[in-house]
Amino acid sequence: MADTVQTWSPALQGVGLHPSAGQNLRLFMRRRSTTAFLMCLPLILIVGCLVVYPAFYSIYLSMLNKTQTHFIGLGNFTFLLSRDVFVMVIEQTAIFALCAVFFKALVGLITAHLINNLPAKGQRKWRGMLLVPWVIPLALSSLGWWWLFDPTHSAFNYILESLGFEDVQWLGQPYWARFSVILVNVWYGAPFFLIMYLAALKSVPEQLYEAAMIDGANAWQKFRHITLPMMRNIIAITVLFSLIVTFANFDIVQIMTAGGPRNMTHVFATYAFMLGIRSGDLPLGAATSLFMFPILGIAAIFILRGVRKRGREIG
Amino acid sequence: MTTAALVARGATQRFGLRASLSRNRRWALIASYVFLVIFAIFFLIPPYYMVVTALKSDAEVARMATNPWIIADGLTLDQFKILLTQTDFLIFFKNTIIVTVAVVAITMVVSVLAAFSLGRMKFWGSSILATGIFLTYLVPDTLLFIPLFQIVKAVGLLNSYWGMILVYPTLTVPFCTWIMIGYFQSIPKELDEAALIDGAGHMQMLTKIFIPVALPGIIAAMIFAFTVSWAAFVYPMAFLYSADQQVLTVGTVTSLIRGDVYKWGMLMAGALVAAAPPLVIYAFLMDYYIAGLTAGATKG
Repeated sequence: MADTVQTWSPALQGVGLHPSAGQNLRLFMRRRSTTAFLMCLPLILIVGCLVVYPAFYSIYLSMLNKTQTHFIGLGNFTFLLSRDVFVMVIEQTAIFALCAVFFKALVGLITAHLINNLPAKGQRKWRGMLLVPWVIPLALSSLGWWWLFDPTHSAFNYILESLGFEDVQWLGQPYWARFSVILVNVWYGAPFFLIMYLAALKSVPEQLYEAAMIDGANAWQKFRHITLPMMRNIIAITVLFSLIVTFANFDIVQIMTAGGPRNMTHVFATYAFMLGIRSGDLPLGAATSLFMFPILGIAAIFILRGVRKRGREIG
Repeated sequence: MTTAALVARGATQRFGLRASLSRNRRWALIASYVFLVIFAIFFLIPPYYMVVTALKSDAEVARMATNPWIIADGLTLDQFKILLTQTDFLIFFKNTIIVTVAVVAITMVVSVLAAFSLGRMKFWGSSILATGIFLTYLVPDTLLFIPLFQIVKAVGLLNSYWGMILVYPTLTVPFCTWIMIGYFQSIPKELDEAALIDGAGHMQMLTKIFIPVALPGIIAAMIFAFTVSWAAFVYPMAFLYSADQQVLTVGTVTSLIRGDVYKWGMLMAGALVAAAPPLVIYAFLMDYYIAGLTAGATKG
């Protein structure tokens, strides 16, 4: 043991080695940033060519006419806004996203608390079970929901009938169709909130609850004055993030109603798909999906602030 | 009052408090289970109904009088047989595997290299770039599919699953890079100093130290890339239209539906088989994935 240390230390502290080591280090630092940049290059290329460029190209595209031969300025936007159908699409997207996110957050919060109440051994099993909706690809589970709502064989109507209620045209009646697509979105998105909240709940120090218990706080007071403030940031990030994803949702509406009945369930993404890809008017489709941009931009700024703050808190 | 009496009173009070607390706890526990069962039913209805439908005969699916929630005529695997022999389902499956494997490989190489560089080495503008990467993750595919349609068309990959290998990394690379940056930053600096003294280059440092140490993060990122590529729907829906190029999600939803009579049994069988790989992966690796995901969002 002693021998190895002795043969080691002269090599490290040897006077002759110092200058060359310093030189190496300087050379190393200079090469280092070049290497670092090269390592980033594939990422920069992918993001630059396939996200940033298309985003700007989309703005340009939205200012062309249908055959993409003339520049028409904001013509597509004013045309869209002048149509009642599009105004309804804006309305429906807002209703869809706000309702869905609210109930996802609520269901997620409740289920996270319920699981957190359980003895530690059972938590994993329940969490796994409640995560299933989020694991099945959304397109495929939407197909399953469509079948559950099927007008002639509806499994839900079977239950309603046997309980003595009337049939519901789940996807045929406009307001029920709106309800149905929101329900499916809540079903799919709540588990994401569940795991985020569960992780956040685990990070609240147990002593705080013990202190509150000694002070005689009831469950609601504990939630209101300890859990909620401690989780505020993570709730905000998750809600904003979910807002973006829900505003941009495509799968559920496209598969279950394709925007019908009477365009009442269209959201931006499905309407843009119908105009841009199905009817071949790419500029108008691009203009439609660009309506998502302001909402996304605002949400993104707040998320970034939240993430940074959170990063500072944790260190 | 003597001290002894005080202590005694405190003890009985504490005992009473504890008894009522444990009674409260037991009730809270029972209530938790009751509500969890209700939520579990809500969450598991669709998968349950899909399984039940897929195991029925066509005749029973079409019959309207019987209870749709149970299998009355006995289990049958006919729907799976029809699915695998009389449809293009296996082609979709093969295409999806090719696309997913390629996208996961591309994503991991690109994002591990970039995360190592952004998280550890730093260069001019690297912190701005890291923020920018996070922002691109927030740009949804439904905003990009129309301009990308033009781009994919321009490079001649419209209606080809190779086009999917080109565009799916936009869904996976930003987030995977983001969580890998977090994992790499959590590795103590002493490790790379030790490696430098031993004369290791950057690549050696990455492959010998960072990748092994950050393996849980790499697994989480891989699961994310896999899930996203497997479930992607907007891009194939917009860019692919012939059956021989189609992937599972769109293929199951569009191509398996022919004519006016929906073969629901076969459709549900298809949806289940298509959803099986992600389900199996989660069953085994859920903890890695959740740890990676929540760390990405909370540590940022």
